[in-house]
Amino acid sequence: MYYDPFVLPFTIGLTALLLFLAVKYIRWIRTFRKSERRKIRKGMFSLKTFRAAGEVFSECLLHRKIYRTNPFLGYMHTCFGLGWFLLIVAGKTESMVYHTSAFNPPYFAIFFRFFHPAKETFPYSETFAFITDLLLLFILSGLFLALAKRFWSRIVGMRKTTKHRPLDLLILTSLWLIFPLRFLAESFTSGLRGGGSFLTNNAGEFFAEFLPLDHLTYPAWWAYSGMLGLFFVLLPFSRYMHIPTEIVYIFLKNWGIRQGTKFNAFSKIQMYACSRCGICIDSCQLNSSLQMDVQPVYFLKKIRHGKEYESLIENCLMCGRCEASCPVGLTHNALRLSKRPDLSRITKNTYSYAKNAAMPAPAKVAYFAGCMGQLTPTVTRSMERILEQAGVSCTYIDKEGGVCCGRPMLLAGNREEAAVMAEKNRAILKASGAEVLVTSCPICLKMFREEYGLQIRIVHHTEYIDELMREGKLKTVPGEQRTVFHNPCELGRGCGVYKAPENILKHVSRKIDTDFDGKKSLCCGGSLANTSIDGRQRNRIAGDAAKAYAAYQPDVLVTACPLCKKTFATASAVPVKDIAEVVAECCRP
Amino acid sequence: MNIVIIGGGPAGSEAAYRLAGEGYTVDLVEKENSIGGNLNNWHQLFPDRKSAAGLVKELQQRLNHPGITLHIDAEAREIAESAPGKFAVKLSNKTVLHGSAVLLATGYKVFDAKRKEEYGYGIYKRVITSAELENLFTNRALATLYGEAPKRIGFIHCVGSRDEKICNYHCSKLCCVTAVKQAIEVREMLPEVEIFCFYMDMRMFGPGYEEMYREAQERYDIKFIRGRLSEAAENIHGQVVVKVEDTLVGKPLRMTLDLMVLMVGMEAADGSGKLAGSVQVPLYPNGFIRPADPHTGTNLTARPGIFTAGSCTSPMNLTDTLTDARSAAWQIKKWLTGSDKHA
Ligand code: SF4
Ligand code: SF4
Ligand code: SF4
Ligand code: SF4
Repeated sequence: MYYDPFVLPFTIGLTALLLFLAVKYIRWIRTFRKSERRKIRKGMFSLKTFRAAGEVFSECLLHRKIYRTNPFLGYMHTCFGLGWFLLIVAGKTESMVYHTSAFNPPYFAIFFRFFHPAKETFPYSETFAFITDLLLLFILSGLFLALAKRFWSRIVGMRKTTKHRPLDLLILTSLWLIFPLRFLAESFTSGLRGGGSFLTNNAGEFFAEFLPLDHLTYPAWWAYSGMLGLFFVLLPFSRYMHIPTEIVYIFLKNWGIRQGTKFNAFSKIQMYACSRCGICIDSCQLNSSLQMDVQPVYFLKKIRHGKEYESLIENCLMCGRCEASCPVGLTHNALRLSKRPDLSRITKNTYSYAKNAAMPAPAKVAYFAGCMGQLTPTVTRSMERILEQAGVSCTYIDKEGGVCCGRPMLLAGNREEAAVMAEKNRAILKASGAEVLVTSCPICLKMFREEYGLQIRIVHHTEYIDELMREGKLKTVPGEQRTVFHNPCELGRGCGVYKAPENILKHVSRKIDTDFDGKKSLCCGGSLANTSIDGRQRNRIAGDAAKAYAAYQPDVLVTACPLCKKTFATASAVPVKDIAEVVAECCRP
Repeated sequence: MNIVIIGGGPAGSEAAYRLAGEGYTVDLVEKENSIGGNLNNWHQLFPDRKSAAGLVKELQQRLNHPGITLHIDAEAREIAESAPGKFAVKLSNKTVLHGSAVLLATGYKVFDAKRKEEYGYGIYKRVITSAELENLFTNRALATLYGEAPKRIGFIHCVGSRDEKICNYHCSKLCCVTAVKQAIEVREMLPEVEIFCFYMDMRMFGPGYEEMYREAQERYDIKFIRGRLSEAAENIHGQVVVKVEDTLVGKPLRMTLDLMVLMVGMEAADGSGKLAGSVQVPLYPNGFIRPADPHTGTNLTARPGIFTAGSCTSPMNLTDTLTDARSAAWQIKKWLTGSDKHA
């Protein structure tokens, strides 16, 4: 039997960690609702599990999404994730080949070079030595980058790294020391007894020149094992809890578990799955324009460590930019919303005005301008013109005074009040008998799609106009204006509408492609979801965004949301139009 | 010694006249082709209903002083301190003026009502601004504006002022009393018309203003409704339908108007920020120029030798503007005679 007391710290640490994790995860999952637990049971034995495994490989080991944001940073993460994983696999395989049995204790593979007499060869022993040395080098190179990042976070392309707590620093140090210690232990052993490959062997010969290796080798193995043990024991209390939790999160997500309206055990799993990589900080305009530390990394950290986080609950635009860039794919909007309390106060006078809302004339197509739409007559008039030109018979259901879709209330957390408004609008829609609901406000669109449970088609005006143009019902002339498109948060990231506005603008203008097309579009700053910042701060966000778009020298900054249009109106030097206006100008009979 | 005054509105003109009277030579720079500034767009002044054109004429006549050189159609682009206490002002026509002191009298600009899209200015036919109404008074064109005399007119207060959404937190001070004055003028022209003012607060701060407001209600039958306009729409007859909440009664209210007048507020003139910036004179967040001290340092700025007069520092009525200009003239004299070289 291969055993030496130095393996104890490692073995004890690993056992404690596994026990702790098992207890923690099982306790969380047991608080899930029945329906969710059923989803887990069903998902477990389906293809979803394979998909999850694939995702675990590409995100937890390869860190594919981080690569997308920043290849340098991605490499660093891959070194640790994939490198360590492969080292374990290679080590285990090596030990199995040597031992010709799968049943050897975990420490045997980890400390193989200690136990294995160097002179003794076995099938492919040279290859194994080469591979493990290569992997060690790979990890050490990542370590070097990580160190450099500490000192100079710009070279990895991030303007800000997250601030760490003392405990985090301790565990960070232990993590960083693991591989240098392994390197030393293996090199020393090689220097003393031979073995190893290009890295440890040469290093060993080098060290042997001037170090008393016979005194240093054994302590080095103790140090290596001790450091591993320390890391495992500290892991649950540090940010590295994200390593196991991310895996759990990915499986749960693939089995269909979603963040609900309450902050629950699944929220905690999301919270622990955040790796504090800090990518969300750079994507957030509250940081870039207003230097505010409100991003998910701070928000989740504060909740986790019981710090004051209440002031951060409201201070978020829910623009979804952080969500789109988060490599772990956490659902930040839903998380933040789950912390907003429902302060609805409903009396018999609440929304009494809604009771008298006029019932619309019936038609196949209903147009809903929304509260913001009412404030931008240019948009509603353009829509009237377009629908008339295309021969669509349409009923304008809120022209003579309507009821808010309820989303502003919902974003504030007041779900009950939102429900009152939704009820009323459902009745109005039913009376209109419409089969298609068109809205020019993406905020309403998201609300209708996600919260109303309507059985009719719900489209944004960009989607509808695009359709009318394709079907040849709406004829346009090509426009000469150079346009840049600002995709509203709620339309693009919120409802996944990207193609329709793109198609339209390519037809009726000379659209300039920008870095902000698609998922990366900016936030105008006008978002209703943030009740914490004031008008001037919004204006600064809008001004910065407008400047970024203006750099492409468009004639017009085009958007597809009445709120964006109004927000940019005070902040942009370039004229701002809604996409409907641009189309209306290019209509021909 | 020479002084450069930028802006030929009431403040600049008055200061030029006073400084010339003290024996200084003055270069007065005006970007338009005549002096008077925003006063040129006014018909009658409050509270005495004096003719605005008359006042402009008076100001103009006083500029016929040998010590004053007028540069019209010339926009000041930049100020530079060429030597300590020596300033060079570059004009758009390439002239460079030199002075021992510079007086900023760049005034204000009228809020662009198009930025408040929900009020329909530039979209609905029957929405005009208070400045345009003055013009209609001057041309006596109100009665025949849309073929026939309007039957119901609404004045909307605080357009572009006291509005967080467009980032103007300040009160423009004059629009309330202007609305009262204009409502009375309308009543005199059209005795039958219904007149409504939609206000947030009535700010009648000047002498005779409150009296005028009272008269407007008692003698001229003008109705004042406390509430902010939320949105306006156009009906098929081209009339404007407004939605307001009457905040005294606590009820929403809808009304159809034949004419809607937007009481546009005052914003810092574009030139103020540029010029102040060229000599590192700080601004308030709303763009108006910040005085050295709000109590004891008015007319002075953080930069010795650079002075201000009139509404480039904050919204001001004509009385205060002229007073401020005289005070600036005195401050400049004190500085030039060396009795007050402030640090
Ligand atoms: S929330 Fe996502 S992007 Fe932000 S630090 Fe955590 S893992 Fe990184
Ligand atoms: S949703 Fe937008 S505003 Fe909120 S934290 Fe994320 S990036 Fe920042
Ligand atoms: S003076 Fe009256 S109308 Fe003008 S901004 Fe002040 S309160 Fe509003
Ligand atoms: S006179 Fe009355 S309303 Fe006017 S400022 Fe004084 S207290 Fe206020």
